[in-house]
Amino acid sequence: MRAEQRSGSLLAAPYAVFLLIFAAYPILFAVVLIFMQWDLVTAPSFAGFDNIRLLANDGRFWRAVGNTFVFLSIHVPLQIATALGLALALNRQLVLRSFWRAAFFLPVVISGAVVAILWSNLYATDVGLINKLLLKIGLSPVPWLTDPLTAMPAIAAMVTWKNVGFYVIIYLAGLQYIPKSCQEAIEIEGASSWQRFRYLTAPILLPQTILVITLSTINGFQLFIEPYVMTGGGPLRRTYSVVLYLYTNAFSYQKMGYAATIGVALALIIGIVVLIQRRVIGKAEAA
Amino acid sequence: MRAFRRIVLYGALALAALTFIYPFLWMASSTFKPPVEVGSLALIPADPTLDNYRTMWARAPFGRALLNSVLVATTITLAVLVFGSMTAYAMARLQFRGRPALNAITLAVLLVPGQLTLIPLYTLIVQLGWIDTYAALIVPYLFNATAILMLRQFFLQIPQSLIDAARMDGMSELRILFTIFWPLSKPVLSIVAIFTFMGSWNEVLWPLLVVREQSLMTLPQLLTVFALGGGAGTVGVSLAAAMVLVVPVVIAYMFLQRNFIESMAGAGIKG
Repeated sequence: MRAEQRSGSLLAAPYAVFLLIFAAYPILFAVVLIFMQWDLVTAPSFAGFDNIRLLANDGRFWRAVGNTFVFLSIHVPLQIATALGLALALNRQLVLRSFWRAAFFLPVVISGAVVAILWSNLYATDVGLINKLLLKIGLSPVPWLTDPLTAMPAIAAMVTWKNVGFYVIIYLAGLQYIPKSCQEAIEIEGASSWQRFRYLTAPILLPQTILVITLSTINGFQLFIEPYVMTGGGPLRRTYSVVLYLYTNAFSYQKMGYAATIGVALALIIGIVVLIQRRVIGKAEAA
Repeated sequence: MRAFRRIVLYGALALAALTFIYPFLWMASSTFKPPVEVGSLALIPADPTLDNYRTMWARAPFGRALLNSVLVATTITLAVLVFGSMTAYAMARLQFRGRPALNAITLAVLLVPGQLTLIPLYTLIVQLGWIDTYAALIVPYLFNATAILMLRQFFLQIPQSLIDAARMDGMSELRILFTIFWPLSKPVLSIVAIFTFMGSWNEVLWPLLVVREQSLMTLPQLLTVFALGGGAGTVGVSLAAAMVLVVPVVIAYMFLQRNFIESMAGAGIKG
């Protein structure tokens, strides 16, 4: 018993030390940094509530938060619809079933930086493939990434495309829970396919849908490499994301206190938004 | 009617699959096209060339970046497997003081968004003098809470009688872990290995913060800097650079599809 105690502590000790240095310390220091001004060159100085005051009145920060909500209002519904649609299509006897699944999952394994570079070319106004296709079917080209109105929706559509395979897997797992007997019973009752979806499939998939909403929301708040590579946050700062703003403050302006404040604020916003989503869904479910 | 619906279904699936595969095929073929051809939808270059690769290779140290990425991702993956198993074994199968606390903290760590700790971690790396070192890229990733929880969950299911018998034979805990537990844990080890490697291979924000020296950049970072800094010049060249990052992953994915999907979907849900 004593020996087991000793080997247990010994084996767990490196992880405990790691947690202290790379998890506990940064979390505590993030809170300290909120009240500091520090450019990493001169000594840090106490700044009181300056960072918080600055953040509250920083139009650029709130613009980035607003941009994220624009992104989410397109990305989340689109992600649910596409993932659910593809999962329902895949959830039957199919030739090449694993091929289709693998095809949809392919962009998930590709680096976000590569996807962003690839899609900047697909979206390009004059030579981009998407506009070439539009011209072919007789439509006029769209300046996807340079028009303030279309830039964020274009990025949201791309991120949806990149991640859909991941959410398809979540829905496919959920679809396994629909008992064959229910499926048969509702068919014998003569339900239309819409009724089958509305009263059997959709309610059973609710936990998966909540998961998709939560994960795609959290993921949306972490948007960084896409605007960084594709638009630099423009046009008119319409694609500036919170993490891009945080990165700019830390890396370009050397404002560690302020960047850390943005990080803490972002974590709080993510927590609040996810909690509100769960509340609203819980209420809708009860009603 | 049934046949008709089948045809519609397969047509829709094929169209969907095309939108996921075609962009990558177009990317691959564009890297073999001269600049005048890049705007075309055709997948077969009319006048194939290797110029894009030559230019890319000459303008930025992509070979070195490839080595850096392999080194960093491999080291992190091995560390997460070995150290993570040791930790998970202790947390699952050994009694020691502080074990419940360590379990609780590990769960709590998963709830903290990375953005909260990003800047404090960055200042820590600066103060340690680790800017522009491999240590900055590797050390903060030596342990992974998601991996530890997955391994722990798996280790909990292995029968206690195996441990007891091994102890009777005088085996040390480390030997029990690596000679008895590991061979039984191949499925979970491969899941952890794939998502850890892929996470590290594709990571770009952290390297952008802690590495400025070109020779130490990982592939996604050098690619980003190269494409943004205008070093690429033409579309074909920047896409050729992207290929260096994509090709190894796609080859691995073709052979280990099922494992990739299981691993990356599983880690995303738990993490």
